[in-house]
Amino acid sequence: MAENKFYGDSATREMRQVAEDLGIQTVWDRELLQQPHCGFGLLGICCKNCNMGPCRIDPFNPNGPKLGVCGADADVIAARNLLRHITAGSACHNDHGRELTKAFKLAAQGKAPGYQITDESKLKVLAQEYGVKVEGRSLQDIAVDLADRIFAEYGQQEGELVLIQRAPKKTKEMWRKLGIMPRGIDREVVEALARTNMGVDNDYRSLMRHGMRVALSDGWGGSMIATELTDILFRSPRPLDSRANLGVLKYDQVNILVHGHVPVLSDMIAQAASDPELIKLAKAKGASGITVAGVCCTALEVLIRRGVPVAGNFLQQELALITGVVEMLIVDLQCVMPSLPNIAGNFHTKVISTSPRAHFPGSEYVEFKEEQGYEIAKKLIRAAIENYPNRNQEKIHIPKAVETLVSGFTTEYIFEMLGGKTLSTYKPLNDGVAMGRIRGVVGVVGCDNPKMQSGETHIKLIKELLKNDVLVVQTGCAATACGKEGLLTPETAFKYCGKGLQEICEAVGCPPILHMGPCVDNSRILTACCEIVGAGGLGVGLDELPVAGVAPEWMSEKAIAIGWYFVASGALVVFGQPYPVYGSKNMTNYVTKEVEELTGGKWAFEIDPLKMAKIIIEHLDSKRKTLNLKPMMYQ
Amino acid sequence: MSKIVAAAAIRGARVIAREAEEFLNKALKEHGPDARIGFPETAFFLPMANALLGLEVKTLKEAGNVFNYAKGLLPLEPKEKLWLPYLGDALDAGIATLLCEEIITVLRYLYKQEPQTDCNGFFTDTILRSLGIQLVDGRMPGFAAILGAAPTNEIAVSVVRQLQERNILIFVGSSSGGRSIIDQLKESGVEMGWDNYIVPYGRDTISAIYPLNWAIRSAMTFGGLKAGQGKKCLLYTKERVFAFGLTLGLVDDLKYATGAGAINMGFPIIADTDIPEIKPSGITTYEALVKEFDYKKIVPRCIEVRGVRVKVSKIPIPVLYGAAFEGERVRREQLYCEFGGKSSQAFELISMRDSSQIEDGKIELVGPDIDQLPEKVKSLPLGILIEVAGRKLQKDFEPILERQLHRFFNYCMGVMHIGQRDMNWIRISKDAFAKGLRVKHLGIVLHAMIHEEFGAIADKVQITIFTKEEDVQRELIKARQVYAERDERLGGMTDESVDTFYSCELCQSFAPNHICVITPEKVGLCGAYSWLDTKAAYEIAPSGGNKPIPKGECLDPVNGEWASVNAYVSLRSNRTLERFSMYSIVNNPSTSCGCFECIMAVIPEANGIMIVHRDFSGMTPCGMTFTTLAGSVGGGIQTPGFLGVGKIYLTSKKFISADGGLRRLIWMPKELKELLGEKLIKRVQEIGEPDLLEKIADETIATTSEELMLFLEKVKHPALTLPPLF
Repeated sequence: MAENKFYGDSATREMRQVAEDLGIQTVWDRELLQQPHCGFGLLGICCKNCNMGPCRIDPFNPNGPKLGVCGADADVIAARNLLRHITAGSACHNDHGRELTKAFKLAAQGKAPGYQITDESKLKVLAQEYGVKVEGRSLQDIAVDLADRIFAEYGQQEGELVLIQRAPKKTKEMWRKLGIMPRGIDREVVEALARTNMGVDNDYRSLMRHGMRVALSDGWGGSMIATELTDILFRSPRPLDSRANLGVLKYDQVNILVHGHVPVLSDMIAQAASDPELIKLAKAKGASGITVAGVCCTALEVLIRRGVPVAGNFLQQELALITGVVEMLIVDLQCVMPSLPNIAGNFHTKVISTSPRAHFPGSEYVEFKEEQGYEIAKKLIRAAIENYPNRNQEKIHIPKAVETLVSGFTTEYIFEMLGGKTLSTYKPLNDGVAMGRIRGVVGVVGCDNPKMQSGETHIKLIKELLKNDVLVVQTGCAATACGKEGLLTPETAFKYCGKGLQEICEAVGCPPILHMGPCVDNSRILTACCEIVGAGGLGVGLDELPVAGVAPEWMSEKAIAIGWYFVASGALVVFGQPYPVYGSKNMTNYVTKEVEELTGGKWAFEIDPLKMAKIIIEHLDSKRKTLNLKPMMYQ
Repeated sequence: MSKIVAAAAIRGARVIAREAEEFLNKALKEHGPDARIGFPETAFFLPMANALLGLEVKTLKEAGNVFNYAKGLLPLEPKEKLWLPYLGDALDAGIATLLCEEIITVLRYLYKQEPQTDCNGFFTDTILRSLGIQLVDGRMPGFAAILGAAPTNEIAVSVVRQLQERNILIFVGSSSGGRSIIDQLKESGVEMGWDNYIVPYGRDTISAIYPLNWAIRSAMTFGGLKAGQGKKCLLYTKERVFAFGLTLGLVDDLKYATGAGAINMGFPIIADTDIPEIKPSGITTYEALVKEFDYKKIVPRCIEVRGVRVKVSKIPIPVLYGAAFEGERVRREQLYCEFGGKSSQAFELISMRDSSQIEDGKIELVGPDIDQLPEKVKSLPLGILIEVAGRKLQKDFEPILERQLHRFFNYCMGVMHIGQRDMNWIRISKDAFAKGLRVKHLGIVLHAMIHEEFGAIADKVQITIFTKEEDVQRELIKARQVYAERDERLGGMTDESVDTFYSCELCQSFAPNHICVITPEKVGLCGAYSWLDTKAAYEIAPSGGNKPIPKGECLDPVNGEWASVNAYVSLRSNRTLERFSMYSIVNNPSTSCGCFECIMAVIPEANGIMIVHRDFSGMTPCGMTFTTLAGSVGGGIQTPGFLGVGKIYLTSKKFISADGGLRRLIWMPKELKELLGEKLIKRVQEIGEPDLLEKIADETIATTSEELMLFLEKVKHPALTLPPLF
């Protein structure tokens, strides 16, 4: 069957063998069947935007077609396609933020009894940013006003976003000068779709500028709103320890998996699972308790706030079911494979879809409503418990692999981590960079992808970065990949880091890799960068910082959107496999070179993890040189 | 913060918190919640709690609030494996420790357990202010807090001497293995006290809060920060107070906890034992925690780690030399030989010469040295003639240089100098003589120091020392002529007779928005800088702390307002001040850094002004002590109705001349009246109020407004008939 089965962590390899033995097709098998992938698609030069086509540009044959029927060349086609990818990705995050705003408003109105405001001070800070009067008002009143302002921002037609004002002055002026400052949230998405229709915007540079505006409305808009409101509703994370990998599933317990992205659902499931009535019921059914574990990003929402263990990342969603011990898989949206109901059909596992936006044929649909959140959660868990006796004992296989990790770092917590509650400062981090103990800060984020040596790309890259004194921040499935390898522990500092970074970690007591949450929380990396600029000594714009982002195994359009909001904010972003632009020389030049003159950020594409590290390190060194920082202390 | 250190600091904080809690409960039980508590002579209540939390603790109940806050900060110890970040936790533990130590020590005051034997206890606000100018002009480049005990008394003395030699103010205390450095120094006969730069605070680690809650006050006194601006106060001490901790002997949990508190303030810790080091900077300017086993290297290491800027002039004489020895006395029983005073005739004179007339470094002793003294004779006449030449030297600088001789002599260990001109008095101790110090060495000292401090104006220095009676008498006649000429010239110098004033911005290292404008008739508020001093300082170092301000257009001759002064002050006060008048306490008065010698305050009901000097600790008729008054005027803020001034300003013709001058003065401490003596009497005669001094009340007459009013009316004080002040 699959040739590439030896990739990945031990639990993944083990479970792929089990799947093979059971004759169950997984993502790796389907990936093989798709090979070779369509070359025109990979290069970004096929267009299906009107019915004069589909058209494709021949990149090799000089006599082949160089223009589509309408006259669009490779540049326009690649740019339009890319803009649509950015837009779809941004739409996901923005919609996620909208969902949170809805839950937040219902909670504030007292209409969603299971939810409450847990971070008062953060609510007040955010309300003030949005110009909501705070003094002398109840939290509920403040929150309702805030929710309305945020909703209004989604439909805003002109002006600027509120949270983007957090960026350094120099960076904001750059956006204004380029005309890419987002004016609203939804309007940029709509305009993008309009621009990419046949015969509208036919200049690849203009298309890409709008692409950056869409991406910025995600990073500094929808994503940031989602992060902020999630913290306010479900508490602001602080570091905690937990475990990761399929080994967190328990043979003698009712196992419930949450999968998807929006914590409105997953947090409620995690909360309800500790209901004594349900635990009693589980025991009555012969289980010793209830285990809630997560898959993909929603796992990380409940990990960073509640310490709920992570069963696996994106590629492990099918494997988790193949353990045969999952009583129920509850999903909402994003990154949920359509294959899941089929795979569940081989076992007793119930798959429950919950979002009116995301239906899965073969699953049971139970719409999740915030107003009855707790009851619905209890009802689902009860059904999962009832399902426990239905396990097929012959089809059970739980891998032993499980690793400990530390997670839950936020922009706000870093102040306290480095300076305590009174001094509360980023200075030790800035000093660490300026004095040459830390080379720079790099976000290693994104998905895992069956096209790559899944997991290993992340591990090799990160070890190389750590060795070169690069402080790593992580989110999403990339973070889970490292968690499964035991890298997200403070002990990692003494195994893999250069001496300078090691000294910092020893002084602070933090791991050299800071796990900041799910992929929507990449917004935390943006705000942390703002705080670094604010702490002084490392330039005045985001583009001056010795930082970079890398998504070695990206697969989702969301990753493209995230990458672009970092590039538009002035960072180098490295992807493993390129997104589809190589069919256009101009577009390739634009994203890898020309854009740097505009924003200070740019793209690089490199599959080899060690070469990725080299690109990043050279970039950090050149930024260090421009800032005239001290040479690395222990080089 | 290595995990071991963080764990120890957190454990230590918990022990100290428990002690604070138990002591507080005992006090509450025995004295009740409303019992008043406080440290002596401070306007800052419990200074650490005041600075960090903005709390004004006056009662036991209020101390309970501080304790509850501290308790809320106490973190858990980090785990053995898979630990969570502990730096912030350890810093929190440090803050909790400082707050709890302050509670414990203030309760000790309640129970009369402080100060401990031979120790200073709590450091008063007065000490902070009086040291102000030395802190900023480099004479006192830093502070060391020593905790523990050295392996031997000799090492203890050696470490302290090394610090003294660098003019670092040393706080000694705490213990290690049952020994305290205080006793080590005492047993070795080391003189301690503020004058000697060695201050014992207490024999336990908890009393190490005294230097720390002294340092934090500087942020509010000089930095213009308000109580409760905790983070800013901590950053202020990091940037501007060059202190460090030196632990001798085992570093136990309590010392780690206190050290974590100090590190919050930006003060690194240096240990002589094998401790885990913390090298990354950020909380501290450089390393936070380092070790050094070699006692010859430990002091230089401290200086390096804290970034203290020490200026050491190595002078080839057989005794130690440094500002730290300035306050040392040579008492009769220690006396080997003396000059001047009642024992013999002596004088000292600096005279400007043409470069061709003198030879640099020529030091000539005319007459016998002190090793040729006949038996039982303990005195010699002495004449010291210092001839200086320099392209940028001016005749006016002679008295400025001459005034420094006092310091230069006193910096010698075992030498005491009092007075000036032909009223000087010098003593040399037996120890110093035994070490080989001779009169000729005094010449070496003066030559070296004039070059060191005045190198920019003095190119050549030649010194002749006379010890024979006939030579001294002959030279004295010439010297007295010079003194008389100088007095005449200086007396005639007025604000109108010069075209340039000078700024003094020395204190901006401490009080970033404050600026003094110094004129011939208005001395700096610290009393240390006259117009001539600033003029000379500018010549010596044009990029230094004193800048010329050309007078230009006068906007208001009565209040003393000049356009150029306004513009300069606005620029250099970081645009916090717009207008600045030189002669008024009411209209746009001058600001204060915090090191003023005296404070004046308007007493509205009396239509007059009171003045109180730093050394007066009693109550004044405005209802505030010096310390409390000082709290409302420091930090470069313009406060109409209040003014910080130098003592000698009272005898100036421009003394608040816009507001009525000396006629406004209705109250001053007796001591200050006596201190100004003849000069003040002369001034009141000049203004035609010869009996004014008797009409000015003092503390023996009035300490309340009512008493004061009764007295003023009785004596018909002229202020009562002056136009209203506001």
